[in-house]
Amino acid sequence: MMRVELVRRPQHSTLFSVLSPFIALVLTVIAGALMFSLLGKNPFEALYYYFVEPLTGLWDENNRWQLHELAIKAAPLILIGVGLAVCYQSNNWNIGAEGQFILGAIFGSMLPVVFPQFQGPLVLPAMLLLGVLGGALYAWIPALLKTRFNTNEILTSLMLVYVAQLLLDWMVRGPWRNPEGNNFPETRRFHMDAVLPEILPSAGRANLGFVFALVAAVLVWVLISKTLKGFEVRVLGASPRAGRFAGFSAARMVFFAFGLSGALAGLAGISEVSGAMGQLRPVISPGYGFTAIIVAFLGRLNPLGIVAAGLVLGLTYLGGEAAQISIGVSDKVARVFQGMLLFFVLGCDTLIHYRIRISGFRRAAPAEAEPVAGRA
Amino acid sequence: MNSQPDGRPANLLEVRGLTKIFGTLKACDDVDLTIGKGEIHALLGENGAGKSTLVKMLFGSLEPYSGQIRWNGEPVAISSPSVARRLGLGMVFQHFSLFEALSAAENIALSLDDDTPIGTIAAKARALSYSYGLPLDPYAMVGDLSVGERQRIEIIRCLLQAPDLIILDEPTSVLTPQEADRLFETLERLREEGKSILYISHRLEEVKRLCDKATVMRHGRVVGHCDPRNETAASLARMMVGNEVQRVVRMPAEDMQDAEKLLEIRDLSRRPATPFSTPLNGICLDVRAGEVIGVAGVAGNGQGEFFEAVSGEVLQPAAGTIRLRGKDAGRLNITGRRLLGAAFVPEERLGHGAAPRLPLSENLLLSRHATDGKAFVGAAGLLRTGAIDRAAQRIVGVMDVRKSGHDPEAAALSGGNLQKFLIGRELDRRPAVLVVNQPTWGVDAGAAARIRQSLIELARGGSAVLVISQDLDELFEISDAIAVMHNGELSRPLAIAEATREKIGLLMGGAEPRHLHQAAETA
Repeated sequence: MMRVELVRRPQHSTLFSVLSPFIALVLTVIAGALMFSLLGKNPFEALYYYFVEPLTGLWDENNRWQLHELAIKAAPLILIGVGLAVCYQSNNWNIGAEGQFILGAIFGSMLPVVFPQFQGPLVLPAMLLLGVLGGALYAWIPALLKTRFNTNEILTSLMLVYVAQLLLDWMVRGPWRNPEGNNFPETRRFHMDAVLPEILPSAGRANLGFVFALVAAVLVWVLISKTLKGFEVRVLGASPRAGRFAGFSAARMVFFAFGLSGALAGLAGISEVSGAMGQLRPVISPGYGFTAIIVAFLGRLNPLGIVAAGLVLGLTYLGGEAAQISIGVSDKVARVFQGMLLFFVLGCDTLIHYRIRISGFRRAAPAEAEPVAGRA
Repeated sequence: MNSQPDGRPANLLEVRGLTKIFGTLKACDDVDLTIGKGEIHALLGENGAGKSTLVKMLFGSLEPYSGQIRWNGEPVAISSPSVARRLGLGMVFQHFSLFEALSAAENIALSLDDDTPIGTIAAKARALSYSYGLPLDPYAMVGDLSVGERQRIEIIRCLLQAPDLIILDEPTSVLTPQEADRLFETLERLREEGKSILYISHRLEEVKRLCDKATVMRHGRVVGHCDPRNETAASLARMMVGNEVQRVVRMPAEDMQDAEKLLEIRDLSRRPATPFSTPLNGICLDVRAGEVIGVAGVAGNGQGEFFEAVSGEVLQPAAGTIRLRGKDAGRLNITGRRLLGAAFVPEERLGHGAAPRLPLSENLLLSRHATDGKAFVGAAGLLRTGAIDRAAQRIVGVMDVRKSGHDPEAAALSGGNLQKFLIGRELDRRPAVLVVNQPTWGVDAGAAARIRQSLIELARGGSAVLVISQDLDELFEISDAIAVMHNGELSRPLAIAEATREKIGLLMGGAEPRHLHQAAETA
């Protein structure tokens, strides 16, 4: 029997830790080219439409709107991603950001949908606060289950995504359906005071959501790397027993991490709905909450890295749409790209810490149980 | 006398020039070792001297870089532990690999390659254990057994394979003095039967008593072969350490009866947190200003649970159970207790006392973010990295912590140096109460002496120091009184003047304290 094993490297290379996301990107592009040629498309043309065409706004005045579209896609990814980074650094596995995104959108939409007569400059801030609250409350459900009943937060937070999706679906088909909407499953359109303003209305659609994302990234970066609370996050995540010795409460950290990531996901949800859509529909997210998991890891759980990663993953959404139109591939290709990217990021990270050993027929296997450092 | 009349060589094992390199470190450098038939051979050396690396190569779990191993005169390549077992090498590890939820016989069956029925194994194990004076119930659940009994399982497991050479790694570190005596009788019996034993230890007295030959290692090299019976403990120690270790000086303590009680423990009980942890039962203890109290005991008798309860990692139901400087602390967590002036150093350094992947400066913050909040944390919770870094470097200087780089990760330090930092981290605060579990476990002799001296100095400066340790030598060296923990109960502390190894040993083995007092009176 041939055996394949992962053996821990005695020390890992700092250089490759930094390079890992870039290697993962290159590998994804190569694998993507392979996929396009298997689909019978010219891989170079396909990759051009996928990754270059949406960026032509950088040098072409007439395509500047495409950069705005990129900001629209990247904003929720970055907002959710930085929240998840705090969660994952503290060793809490919130997989349900998609659901918290939806609940944030539902909570925030309450004002323009249920109380359309309430208008004025206070509406938008109130909506955003409600969105934050909705996301945080929904994230505290798995937090409560974890701390009280010791349930696995990966499962509960993931399952609550489907609850949220069905709740939204029911709301827009039932109680919140637009009475003047010809029975379409959507809410009434938000009035002007409830719409998130655009940054540069003359150039494109990008709204304040992108500004929120950048501000959140900087604030969370300061929180994690410069404050006692961030120290608590890192200690409890890396070494729970040492965290308890420090006097930090693991249970309170669960609520903090889930609350923060839920709040940011909720803010992303209400920003998306009040900015890009202007109403609630049965489906309001192309999987931002899940893609943000990839963003968080591609950004190495560093909020500033996550800004870059959010732009990259935003590009895969735009490229997917562009490639659908120009070369006629399925919209599933975008998902495939995202999946490959996560695969390669995690693969690269694993191989930084471990090396693969293939041994035949159990021969001499234990003799090498501790690898020689020089080979790392 | 290389060969006997029948042509077979007298030496069972000959090792020549064995070398193992990890990165830039020569863990074993050109090591020679010869073990004759029917000989108990000691392998002496400090932590990190290369003993374990050597043994791992003999047992096939590490591959030598160069060198030769001859077994019964034949050159052999020991590529895996199963090859070693087939040759006739058996090993009893320091850290047992037993499943607590299985019986002794089931654990033995797991290590055998064939599928002998459990009943047969149990019968064999029972017969063998009685014939060697190590009685064992093969159907007892491992989780219910004492550490000494667990070690018997490992020894029986090893003997069942009828080895010619048995390697024992620090076997007495988990035993009471009386249990150790019993083990020595078994080992002497094995020697009479012509079996050879490689006995790894750093306890010089027992090596002198038991072993026929000794090989001493230091920094990966063999520094001498000798007959331990012709050496003194001091001369062996010199070979091990290389130079004279500074003696710890215990300044005479003044009369403690009137000193203030800084740490009071009243009727501390704790239910077991897991099926295999030890419950604590009615522990009472006072530690006064100026004194060092030692808590002796065999590993696994509740010391870890006791430390967690006193440190506040686990709270007590009643506030008065633990009192610090006269204030109730039983309902305070570890931060609250630190704020009352207490400091704690746990047994496990990496992962408990320190976060392995964080730099030293952040590990300083780990235990002092609340007590030194003003100095280390500024407005809005922002960290004052400059002040933290200066404090960390100060501790490094005072405790002579050897490190590479300005602020390395905790995991990059050797065990001894990290321990010096962790003790220094607390001493730097001049705590009123210091509770430390296993202060010098795995620390080289020089660093250990330094740590012990600093504990005594802290106490003489007016603090109360509680030291939990399995190292009796250490406790006799630094304590003003020693209490013994057995099965979750703590004996009355014996003043150092009236404490003897025999008395402490009996208490460690679970003798009733009252019974002991009578024995002492009649004697």
